Amino acid sequence: MKMSVREQWFSNIRGDILAGIVVALALIPEAIAFSIIAGVDPMVGLYASFCIAVIIAFVGGRPGMISAATGAMALLMVPLVKEHGLDYLLAATILTGIIQILFGVFKIAKVMKFIPRAVMIGFVNALAILIFMAQVPHFIGISTMTYVFVAMTLAIVYLLPRFFKAIPAPLIAIIVLTIAAIYLNVDLRTVGDLGAIQRSLPSFFLPNVPFNFETLQIIFPYSLALAIVGLLESLLTATIVDDMTGTESEKDKEARGQGIANFITGFFGGMAGCAMIGQSVINVKSGGRGRLSTLVAGLFLMFLIIVLGNLVVQIPMPVLVGIMIMVSIGTFDWSSFTYLRKAPKADAFVMLATVVIVVATHDLSIGVIAGVILSALFFVAKVSKINVKQRSEAGKTVYTVKGPLFFASVDHFIASFDYEMNEQDILIDFGSTQIWDDSAVGAIDKVMLRLMENQNNVEMIGLNPESKKLVDRLASHNDPTPKISTH
Amino acid sequence: MYPHILLAVDGSEHSVRATEEAIKIAALSSQSKIEVVFVAEFSKAKDDVLHAEGAAGIEVARRKKLAPVEEKLEAADVSYYVTILRGEPGPTIVEHANQKQVDLTIIGSRGLNSLQEMVLGSVSHKIAKRVKCPVLIVK
Repeated sequence: MKMSVREQWFSNIRGDILAGIVVALALIPEAIAFSIIAGVDPMVGLYASFCIAVIIAFVGGRPGMISAATGAMALLMVPLVKEHGLDYLLAATILTGIIQILFGVFKIAKVMKFIPRAVMIGFVNALAILIFMAQVPHFIGISTMTYVFVAMTLAIVYLLPRFFKAIPAPLIAIIVLTIAAIYLNVDLRTVGDLGAIQRSLPSFFLPNVPFNFETLQIIFPYSLALAIVGLLESLLTATIVDDMTGTESEKDKEARGQGIANFITGFFGGMAGCAMIGQSVINVKSGGRGRLSTLVAGLFLMFLIIVLGNLVVQIPMPVLVGIMIMVSIGTFDWSSFTYLRKAPKADAFVMLATVVIVVATHDLSIGVIAGVILSALFFVAKVSKINVKQRSEAGKTVYTVKGPLFFASVDHFIASFDYEMNEQDILIDFGSTQIWDDSAVGAIDKVMLRLMENQNNVEMIGLNPESKKLVDRLASHNDPTPKISTH
Repeated sequence: MYPHILLAVDGSEHSVRATEEAIKIAALSSQSKIEVVFVAEFSKAKDDVLHAEGAAGIEVARRKKLAPVEEKLEAADVSYYVTILRGEPGPTIVEHANQKQVDLTIIGSRGLNSLQEMVLGSVSHKIAKRVKCPVLIVK
């Protein structure tokens, strides 16, 4: 299944080059728009997209996957940029890279497989909602022409691909509508109003931040959140690319690669990024399979920045808003509505809670962590349901225990017995239960002692071998002097 | 008669109807073998991955979709095997059919009206036009 390095690079040259070009064209609008979400100059997102794509082509674990500046990461940076400025963002990007490299080295990426799907669905939905919400101030109540341009952008990006697919529709929308706005002299806000474009290659520099503990204190919470969210989206995207191509990928290598890419990108004036679901799907659909496609996407993007630099500042904001609305619609998981009706109530609740918490806090990482904790609690609650049934049979009182017996279910287990009984024959059937831990054995012990105190004759049946071993090893109810320690 | 019959399915009711017709034709000759082809669509990859538990879960979910078709084939005792392909349904099936030089392609038609056909595109129509073998479209 695993491809050689040569195959990963050169087994699909034509397809990879063409797809890489398509992706580069599709990346431009998003890189600019995500920069604006983060509150930084468009160049920061464009440099990041170039650097990350090129580096990940060499060090990533999933050939054919596209990584660049993303919405999820941009949304996390907003407060940091607002309060401390770009240099702190670059420092945070470098630290994000270090954290991700550590995650990769210590194989924490594998743990992310255990994030419940309810949380993942909540994650993408919350991301979609946040991207949409970030657009609202750019188009609500500005001018009629703003609405018109947003509507025209949406019309182009949704209708044009039905007839013409060679060039990504968002880029066509940008070019056509920018030219239209210039020639018709429409008064619209442009990207240039928000930042300047430098038509130069990124260069190496150290972020201008004091190298001390205080700086670390400021950037660490952001870096940790960026590292977690970045890996989460990257591993989700890797799984999607795995599925689309019917191949496997190295998840820990990908985590490490994401780290290396962010680490280097921070030194070249780019913001932290991660894998992009939408762009990776475009890449595979356009025939991209190998590492070459990611490299071409990055290089061609740089070429376009240099060639199109002048145009970028003149792009009307409503056009980018329209493209971001399309991105948020594409990100949202529309089968969530069916999911809410059909999934177990606890899962549906976790999904909604993840979305609500993210939208309330504007922090994807908090939502994901809260969602994981909630699911864990629901899981414990679900498996801690123990059912003890009492019936009389041939003069005996028979208790049947169903469900796992462990620390979370022992209280209910102990409360299920009738301790008023005297001089009875009692049979406890453990045939449908599993004894998990010492507290379960302790609970059995307690029940037996209390029942035997009233001169009942108690018998246990149906313990499976492992459970019996645990009970035999720990239980003290057979001991004639249980209260005195003999050890 | 038709040694290699390609039966394109998506797990819908239409594909179950197509299966019934495929069985009738396969039953005519003991040499006939049905290849059930299911295309995991690129555009549904995100949904499939999000709503399944792990890579194994995705495969199970897909096989579940095929269950009604497989039940019919098993009940009829015709020889068949399942191929899961990836891509856009129309072109992927066409490419596979032409490459394997199948003898007959059978596909269910969703019965779209002309507006839906314009928006969604008719898979059966595309296949009928471009596959280099006889095609049976089951309405």
